[in-house]
Amino acid sequence: MDTLLDKPLTAKDFTTDQDVRWCPGCGDYSILKQVQSVLPEIGLKREEIVFVSGIGCSSRFPYYMETYGMHSIHGRATAVASGLKAVRPDLSVWIVTGDGDALSIGGNHLIHLLRRNFDVNILLFNNEIYGLTKGQYSPTSPIGKVAKSTPYGSLDHPFNPLALCLGADATFVARSMDRDPKHLRELILRTHKHKGTSLLEIYQNCNVFNDGAFEVFTEKSSKKNETIFVEQSKPLLFGDNNEKGIKLDGFTPIVVNVNEANVSANDLWIHDEKDRVKAEMLVRFFNDATADNHLPRPFGVFYEEERNTYEEDFNQQIENTIQQKGKGNLDDLLRGKNTWEIN
Amino acid sequence: MSTTIQDKKNVVILFAGDSGDGIQLTGSQFTSTSALVGNDISTFPNFPAEIRAPQGTLAGVSGFQLHFGSVNVYTAGDVCDVLVVMNAAGLKANLKTLKKGGIIIANTDGFDPKNLLLAKFPKDVNPLTDGSLNEYELKTIDVTKLTKTCLEGSGLGTKEIDRCKNMFVLGFVYWMYNRNIDFSIDYIKETFKKKPEIADANIKVLKAGYSYGDTTETFMNRYVVKAAPMAKGTYRSITGNQAAALGLIAAGDKSKLKLFYATYPITPASDILHELSKHKNFGVGTFQAEDEIAAVTAAIGASFGGSLGVTASSGPGIALKGEAIGLATMLELPLVIVNVQRGGPSTGLPTKTEQADLLQALFGRNSECPVPVIAAQSPSDCFDAVYEACLIAVQHMTPIFFLSDGYIANGSEPWKFPKAKDLKDIHVKFTTEKNSENTFLPYKRDEKLSRPWALPGTKGLQHRIGGLEKEHETGNISYDPDNHEFMVRLRAQKVEKIADYIPEQKIEQGNGKGKVLVLGWGSTFGSIKTAVKELIDEGHDVSQAHIRYLNPLPKNLGTILRNYEKVLIPEMNMGQLLMLIRSKYLVDAIGLNKIKGMPFTAAEIKNRVIQLSKS
Repeated sequence: MDTLLDKPLTAKDFTTDQDVRWCPGCGDYSILKQVQSVLPEIGLKREEIVFVSGIGCSSRFPYYMETYGMHSIHGRATAVASGLKAVRPDLSVWIVTGDGDALSIGGNHLIHLLRRNFDVNILLFNNEIYGLTKGQYSPTSPIGKVAKSTPYGSLDHPFNPLALCLGADATFVARSMDRDPKHLRELILRTHKHKGTSLLEIYQNCNVFNDGAFEVFTEKSSKKNETIFVEQSKPLLFGDNNEKGIKLDGFTPIVVNVNEANVSANDLWIHDEKDRVKAEMLVRFFNDATADNHLPRPFGVFYEEERNTYEEDFNQQIENTIQQKGKGNLDDLLRGKNTWEIN
Repeated sequence: MSTTIQDKKNVVILFAGDSGDGIQLTGSQFTSTSALVGNDISTFPNFPAEIRAPQGTLAGVSGFQLHFGSVNVYTAGDVCDVLVVMNAAGLKANLKTLKKGGIIIANTDGFDPKNLLLAKFPKDVNPLTDGSLNEYELKTIDVTKLTKTCLEGSGLGTKEIDRCKNMFVLGFVYWMYNRNIDFSIDYIKETFKKKPEIADANIKVLKAGYSYGDTTETFMNRYVVKAAPMAKGTYRSITGNQAAALGLIAAGDKSKLKLFYATYPITPASDILHELSKHKNFGVGTFQAEDEIAAVTAAIGASFGGSLGVTASSGPGIALKGEAIGLATMLELPLVIVNVQRGGPSTGLPTKTEQADLLQALFGRNSECPVPVIAAQSPSDCFDAVYEACLIAVQHMTPIFFLSDGYIANGSEPWKFPKAKDLKDIHVKFTTEKNSENTFLPYKRDEKLSRPWALPGTKGLQHRIGGLEKEHETGNISYDPDNHEFMVRLRAQKVEKIADYIPEQKIEQGNGKGKVLVLGWGSTFGSIKTAVKELIDEGHDVSQAHIRYLNPLPKNLGTILRNYEKVLIPEMNMGQLLMLIRSKYLVDAIGLNKIKGMPFTAAEIKNRVIQLSKS
């Protein structure tokens, strides 16, 4: 393997000898492929990368990555990664999780990871269903979802994952999809680049238990009218020929036709990743795609902010204390302040 | 004045009053001063779970029991010689522990009609005046009034003056036992560095309390308790939780591993976090996680990264950590799990002691999940026991339980602290080379049956670990039936093999064989030691053995057990060690069980042994 040192790595170098055991046709394959092909571009060595996962279909991911990895327990990948990153800021830590793992059983750890802002990357595979346990509704399933555990339809109001993350003061929030490899690839790169916790939600099709959940966003016939790909400093445009735009009417986003005489290009919403208020509105473009006058579903980087990372502060505090008090002397510590002699 | 000074071998004082009366401070000050003159000491703070329980009520009584002697003491004492009470509730709750003829020092202001009513004394009954305490030596002092008089013109408000009351009492008790008050004066100066007027007031009242003894001719006797015959050396006073914190820092220091302590606040374990977080200049990382599960899994993550991952809690929190401890068992990474036990189940008795989590430590997880368990027997022993736990964790690549409990965690004793250089070395060697032909096998085992610790960042040793069953050596996922059984047995053998590396069980007192063996574990040590010592002195054929290594048990334990006609196992639970001993060794051991949230008295153990000897 030493010979690899000087040669640039390829996707193959990030592939393990383990058989991939996802169902044929699963959206996970596409995500795995993109991650394996993006990592060589990032320029990190394989040993510097750690993939941590919880439980679920997505969480098998580490076994397929020729890096360090831990397949932990349900919902806790975020907490495992926190401990690892605190003591090893040098590592590139990736968390692979699903909608059940991250938002249901692991919901608590997710919000705390985000507020602390560890410099880790979260790939949240959202397929709106429990796959590994064979088809129960998930915290992102729409109300009324008929699944194994809900023959009469689910009653739970679903999470809006990105709104939740912004609510927890996430410093990087983005969305992509398994069926747009080019976009996914770009967003994985952006996810890596951000210093702080990066949360990338990836719409992923479970073709066995929830086939077509995101069809309206991924199929050619509807994609252009139902999605909007946001880019920094560019106006929010969509539609077959980018003829539709988003404009703010007060605080209400409305769809306008840019070809109409009374619409000026200057009136359109210009995307700004640093604008928190607008990011919070963007992630609220979350209507049911069958509803009248619904807004298109946005994809891209919605928000990015610079903030101290937890591991920097964690280790800095230790360093500061050493500076102030001097490096600890064990004998002095054991002795304490008050001693007495027995002769 | 005709005060005489008498020598006393040992004395038990119980300070009791309202939670807001500064009882714990008074007790710990007297403890430190007594330690400085060389007394052997054992303390037992006993306080309500509520921070400010309703004032004046029985539920709000806070107590601090201190046993000090010119002889060795092993417990905080069965009965008290002196009961110092700040209010009626303090008297009512504790009178039963005062020996007949014992001394009561009572603050009369705490026995006004309101306080008597709150303490549920019948209407118009005041125990200080109705003669019901005639069989005791009663000394009443209007502490409140005297403190007020002392601080007249100090400019302090009533509330602040009231807070100095406990210093009057402390000063008086110092006088009784002929103590020097300088240690407490220094303490007060240091504590109120930024509020010199408060410091002055407290010192003034402390001195007034001392002089009160000198100038009023109430007590005929003063006492002296001389230094105890303890091993030569330098001592300090330490609580169990402090000792555990120091033990963890020492293990980090000696192993050259970064200590990563992840925990969620819980009584009575939190003081370890408080202590550790003061010592970041040792490179200690403390992480107050969002919950118990995050704490244990973050510690696992840190161990994966090459730190010494430690998590701590009490029973309810350990229950939450169960699944992750199973994960650590599969990952075969070092992880130290501290359980400072308290009364249960559920929230139970947060501030009271119990040792009912032994079976939880051994078996409280799904499936076959063996984890070594080690227990401390006294406050200072928490240092050695947790240090040993760290050593086993990293040398055998395993999660391990360190058990303490509320009694020894909050109790204190003199500690002849070790020199850093005399602590056992903890060798840690991270694997940096492939261990098989051109490949790295993460689950290949050494002579201890433990696997290599290869850290992320190490070139060429990339590997994946997880909670799914592992194929032998490769660590790949395997659902093969034979492999599963093989691995289950292997993980059990690995823990069992630790028995080759721990000391044999020793007999603490008595002969290696005979009529009765009193077998214990954990914080019952002191009570058993005292009871057995007295029994041996009285001519009984009885021995004591105390188990530190509860899993695996020492190899010679079975032989020891068979050398006695009877084995008595006192435990603060329904008989958990008893169940293990009976099932493992088929020995007809007998339990002595107390589940009151209170430690055993030596007399309770003594009586049962005498009964057994006769039968």
